Amino acid sequence: MYILFDIRSINTYITYVKHILHGDHIVSFQEKSAWAMAIISIVAMTTYISSVLPGARELPLVEVNYVGAMLSTIALVILAAIIIHIIIAVTNTSEANDQDERDMQINRYGDAFGQWLVAGGAMGALLMSVAEWEHFWIANTLYLAFLLATLVGSGAKIVAYRRGF
Amino acid sequence: MAKKTRITNHIRTLRFHNGEMTQAELARRVGMTRQTVIAIEQGKYSPSLETAFEIAAVFQVPLDEVFQYADEA
Repeated sequence: MYILFDIRSINTYITYVKHILHGDHIVSFQEKSAWAMAIISIVAMTTYISSVLPGARELPLVEVNYVGAMLSTIALVILAAIIIHIIIAVTNTSEANDQDERDMQINRYGDAFGQWLVAGGAMGALLMSVAEWEHFWIANTLYLAFLLATLVGSGAKIVAYRRGF
Repeated sequence: MAKKTRITNHIRTLRFHNGEMTQAELARRVGMTRQTVIAIEQGKYSPSLETAFEIAAVFQVPLDEVFQYADEA
């Protein structure tokens, strides 16, 4: 009886949250994918920064060991993206991987935003290496550029899906 | 606040006159997702010329009976 009550509560809650977030808007597979990538990149960025920054209390920032945290968050991003996309596809198999002309246009639009950040990060890293900056700055500039590109690109796609394109 | 295109359409009315065709059925017949049909109906997305012709062909009407372009006021 209690279990039944709990399941109903969860369903009511999910319906309520869906209504608050989306109203009458129907969320497509591609939009869910954009939401997933935006959330994953925020979580990865926060996890990485919060695991690297505390080390700077005892050592200069450039001497903090960032490589382990960077590689593990990269692995987690890839793993989380695969798992979440499988879950999204399984929960709505009829729409999984459905992509039409609008989805393709929105994808290109979002990716174009992200590409500016990747190019900016690459240019920054190039200048840093020419100026012989520490590896720490070069690696982190590239890494954060990739994460920000994913976040901004996904954000642009979500806005395009919601506001019209 | 949705960004509206200046292209208006009568898809909702045409669906009604075609046996209350569902958005899902129209989407299936023109090879789009239901979300895109909804976006077109709401004026949030302007389809390609080819898709516009395909939609008109589904309803068996000329293109300008489905889509109109709003003149500047």
